[in-house]
Amino acid sequence: MTTPIISVRDVHKSYGRGQNRFDALKGVTFDIRQGESIAIVGKSGSGKSTLMHVLALLDAPTSGTVELEGVDTAALRGGRLNRTRNKTFGFVFQQFFLTGNSSVLDNVILPLKIAGVGRSERKRRGLAALEQLELDDKAKNKAVNLSGGQKQRTVIARALVNNPRIIFADEPTGNLDTTTGAIVEDILFDLNRENGITLIVVTHDEDLAARCDRRLFIRDGLLVEDSAVVAA
Amino acid sequence: MRTIDIIGSAVSNTFRSKTRTILTILAIFVGAFTLTLTSGLGTGINAYIDDTVTSIGASDVMTVTKTPEGATGIAADEPVEYNPDAVASGQPGPPGSTVVALTPTDLDILAAIDGVLDVQATRSISPDFIQFDGGTKYVVGVGSLIAGQSIPLVTGVDPDNGSAELQLVLPVSFAEPLGLGDEDRAVGQTVAIAITDAERTQHLVDATVVGVAEEGLASPTGASIVPNNALSDALFDSQSIGIPADQVERYASASLWFDPASTDAGISALKDRLVDAGYTASTVADQLGSFKTVIDGIVLVLNAFAIIALLAASFGIVNTLFMSVQERTREIGLMKAMGMGNGRVFSLFSIEAAFIGFLGSAIGVVIAMLAGSAISSALSGSLLADLPGLTLIAFDPFAITVIIVVVMAIAFVAGTLPAARAARADPVDSLGYE
Repeated sequence: MTTPIISVRDVHKSYGRGQNRFDALKGVTFDIRQGESIAIVGKSGSGKSTLMHVLALLDAPTSGTVELEGVDTAALRGGRLNRTRNKTFGFVFQQFFLTGNSSVLDNVILPLKIAGVGRSERKRRGLAALEQLELDDKAKNKAVNLSGGQKQRTVIARALVNNPRIIFADEPTGNLDTTTGAIVEDILFDLNRENGITLIVVTHDEDLAARCDRRLFIRDGLLVEDSAVVAA
Repeated sequence: MRTIDIIGSAVSNTFRSKTRTILTILAIFVGAFTLTLTSGLGTGINAYIDDTVTSIGASDVMTVTKTPEGATGIAADEPVEYNPDAVASGQPGPPGSTVVALTPTDLDILAAIDGVLDVQATRSISPDFIQFDGGTKYVVGVGSLIAGQSIPLVTGVDPDNGSAELQLVLPVSFAEPLGLGDEDRAVGQTVAIAITDAERTQHLVDATVVGVAEEGLASPTGASIVPNNALSDALFDSQSIGIPADQVERYASASLWFDPASTDAGISALKDRLVDAGYTASTVADQLGSFKTVIDGIVLVLNAFAIIALLAASFGIVNTLFMSVQERTREIGLMKAMGMGNGRVFSLFSIEAAFIGFLGSAIGVVIAMLAGSAISSALSGSLLADLPGLTLIAFDPFAITVIIVVVMAIAFVAGTLPAARAARADPVDSLGYE
């Protein structure tokens, strides 16, 4: 069996000290294989967002290890950590996080700018990503003038533009109506199937979770059910 | 992220909140504008002193006097012992001062000192009046011109020291009252100068006007004529009639030439040797130096006010950027999540601050230059019309560059506080979860 792209071993994460100490994760262990689509499902406050932050290396676990392609991420620091984040991950957020007054293209190429890619190369790859999401005619528009669905497609283009190995989607359809939500879901699952990008969706939407290969149910900081284990 | 992209992003971020940025820029503008005007004032006045006062003397000449043993005149605080060689001081100083006269022996000693190329005694000539064609008599002084000096001429030429003809340059204000007509007609005319000798006999010496000089603030001679060597010899000879031969050659000071290529250290070494020999020497630079020190002092105080204005403006920058960081918290979080390093985030905001500083100072400097030029041309036609050649506010490209760089540096320092806050922000908190 190949090395899992992410391997989580007994991860604890707590905030605060003493009386105020709050344990968001109380020992979580699982593996994610390359090309899987995974839903992290749980109620608000269950620890699912904390788990995503730990997986995306935005937060370090209090104890336990997170391995990315067999490398212990605790060893990544400074510039290496930043480069790993930049090259490996793409993010899709419920609140979009677009810069309203900048053009759609400028928003999409932000990860390339951070990576230090040259101007013409950025433009070429940015337009290619927009084309893939059928937004190339909106490239020069200001992000603030887009509809909700267009905004989320812009965000997906931004997540895609640097050819990430893993896309994290935090409630990707939370701010969208059912029809647009369905379109965005289709786009994400197409990317997962056709481009082999590992998709990690954080959601409390059962329907969205049902479309994923595998579901991890989180409650009170513990992994209560792993659909892959149940099926086995 | 490439440096050029950071700069580009910082510049475009500057214009995101236009009103706020413009107000901050205005605050800096006021400081930079004031600083440019005050430093322009210093540049203008010092340049004027340089231009007009080059005529005080050449750069390779020192004025030498014999060092007296004690203070004299009002500077003396106890009775002064009589010195038969004391003569009235020809140098600026407190009234009643005397200096010990230089004799031909002194001139020989000076000429022998290492580094001295030539020594020439400064003769003091006191004519009684100047007259044209039997007209009104006007009191006049004689300015002595030494090599390398220049006279700001309105018309005509410098007096020719090689010529045997008696020549002089007349101050422009004398042309009309003497009855010479305008300055162009004065050139070529012959005027008479009266001088009294030791036996109280008045002599009239005729000389040709070869040039007419502008009256500058620090013209070497003020309301004085500048004679050529032939004329000053003639006047001195007339004045010395009746003085015992051994008393004729008594001079208050002498001019001393040294190598024009001398370094500052070389000049001060020469001065030390002169002091050891019992003489006091000062170069033109020394004499100008005290003028300029006063001007520089005044300008420094004015600049201090401008700097205070800039400091006030820098708090505006701190405020603007703190608001900017606050507003862009999520964007900062996103950029960090995408792998932007803390250092780069810091640069992004501090470059934005420096750019605000650049805009404010560039606009301030440009408008101050326009205003300064307008003010000085308006004043030179009215209030300062008596000081020809004065550009009250002049601009020196180096000083302007320094102002812009200093303002940018102040802005950068002001920006470090908000920039550090942005750099420290935690991506998860910044993205505003839960």
